[in-house]
Amino acid sequence: MNTIAIVGASLAGVSSARALRERGFDGNIVVIGDEPHRPYDRPPLSKDFLAGAISEADLALVTSDDADLDLDWRLGHRAEALDPALRSVVLDSGERIVTDGVVLATGARARLLPGRTVPGVHTLRTLDDAVALRAELVPGAHLVVIGGGFIGAEVASTARTLGLTVTVVEQLPVPMAGPLGAELGQVCAQLHGDHGVQLITGTGVADLAGTDRVRSVLLTDGRELPADVVVVGVGAVPNTEWLAGSGIELTRGVRTDARCATNIPSVVAAGDCAVADNPYAGRAVRLEHWTNALEQPATAAATLLGHEHTANPRAPYFWSDQYGARLQFAGHHRDGDHIEIVEGDPAARRFTAVYRRADRAVAVFAMNQPKIFGRWRRELTAAVVLSG
Amino acid sequence: MIPVCALQDLPAGEAVRIAGDVPIAVFNVDGTLYAIDDTCTHQDASLADGWLEGCFVECPLHASCFDLRTGAPSGLPAKNPVRTHHVVVVDGHIYVDAAVERVGV
Repeated sequence: MNTIAIVGASLAGVSSARALRERGFDGNIVVIGDEPHRPYDRPPLSKDFLAGAISEADLALVTSDDADLDLDWRLGHRAEALDPALRSVVLDSGERIVTDGVVLATGARARLLPGRTVPGVHTLRTLDDAVALRAELVPGAHLVVIGGGFIGAEVASTARTLGLTVTVVEQLPVPMAGPLGAELGQVCAQLHGDHGVQLITGTGVADLAGTDRVRSVLLTDGRELPADVVVVGVGAVPNTEWLAGSGIELTRGVRTDARCATNIPSVVAAGDCAVADNPYAGRAVRLEHWTNALEQPATAAATLLGHEHTANPRAPYFWSDQYGARLQFAGHHRDGDHIEIVEGDPAARRFTAVYRRADRAVAVFAMNQPKIFGRWRRELTAAVVLSG
Repeated sequence: MIPVCALQDLPAGEAVRIAGDVPIAVFNVDGTLYAIDDTCTHQDASLADGWLEGCFVECPLHASCFDLRTGAPSGLPAKNPVRTHHVVVVDGHIYVDAAVERVGV
C-alpha cells in the first residue's frame, strides 16, 4: 500500500492519520477536507470559543509538532465521488486522487429546519458557524434555541453568560430523553430554569417570522416568541451522499463491521459517518461522540493495513458542560433500564446514576461527580460479545 | 511548603486536590506520593478526579494520560506536560514544595 486517502479532516480524519503513522505506514497520506481551515476541535465551539474565552489557535488539532506526520493536505475541497474500480477519490476541483486505501471520515453536518432560512438563524457545527453566531450573541438580545439537546443546551448556557435572554424550545416532552432516558433528561432540563432560561417542551416550531432578518419564532401551539437570534440544534446527518453509486453499503451512514471495514476491500470508515457494530449497544450504531472519533480510527487504521487488532472499544462516552455543570454519560441506554441513584442527590445537581438491565450495569450518568463516574464507567459490561 | 493533609488521610490509590491559583493534585501510588498540577493541559478538568493506573493518571473528562513521575502526557488529546512538584512528609503530614520553575513559560 503506497497511498492512503483520508476523506474528512476533522478529529476522526486526523486521528486516522496519526494511527496509520503509529502503525508504521510510511507511504503518502492525502487528507481531504471540505472546510478551508486546518483541522480543529469542535466541542469548544458551543462553550469556551462561543463565549470568547479561547481563540481559534486554541482549537488546533494539528500543530507544528506534528510535522513528522507528513500529510498531503487537500483542504477546502469536497470529495465528490469514490470510484473503487479505479481506486480513486474525485474532488470538486476535478482532481482525481488515485489511492490504495481509503478512510471514510466525512463526519456529519447540522440538520436544518425544512423550508426557508433567514438571516439571524444559525446552526452550530463548524468554526465558521461559531464565528458567525458569536458575532450576534450580544447582551440583551433575545435568543431562541430550537432543540433542547446537548448543542442547544450548551448554546443556551453560553448565551446566558453573555447576557442574553434565552428560550429553549423542545418538541419532545422531555429533552435528552433519547440518550439519557426521560427521568434523567428531566433532571438536566431543570438546569435551564435554575439559570433563568425558559424551557418550552412538547411544542414544535411552525414557522420563523421575518424577511430581511428573523423577528420571531412561531410555535405549533400558537405562541410567538420574539427573537433577535435563532439557533437550530436539531441533530446531525451523516455526510454520505457523495458515496451514492460507489457500491459502499449505506444504512443511516457508512455501514461497517466492528473492525471498521466496509463492504468494499481497502475502504474503512470511522467517526460520525460510520454505522459500526457496537458491543455495548448490541447492534450497529452511529455515534456522534468526540471520544469515538478520537479512538475508533485506531481500529480503522489497523484494519486498513491488514494488521491483527481486536476491536475492543470502550463503552461509548460523551460529556457536556452546561450552566457550570459537568454532565458525563457512558454506555448505552434503552427504555426499561432500571435507573438507580448511587451517589449524591439530583436536587443538589451533584449525583451519579447507574442504568441496570437484568442486574448488569449497562450505563452510567453523572452530574458534577467525575471521580465516581470514572469508577462506574469501568464497571460497565457490554450487551453482547461481538465475534471478529 | 504547602500543607496537604495527614498522611493517613491519603490512602493508597487516592488523590487529593489542593485549591489555589494553580491547583495541585497529590496522589498516593502504593505508598509513594506524587504531586502534579491538577488541571489537565488539554481542557479544564481536575486530574485529582482522574483514574489512577500505576504511575499514570487518566483525565476524567477526555482520557488524557499523564505520568505522575514526569508530568508527561502519554498520548492525545493532551500534548503538553503538567508540572511536577516535590512532596515531603514531616511528622506524618504531607507537604508540597511547589517552588519548581514553570517549564516552558
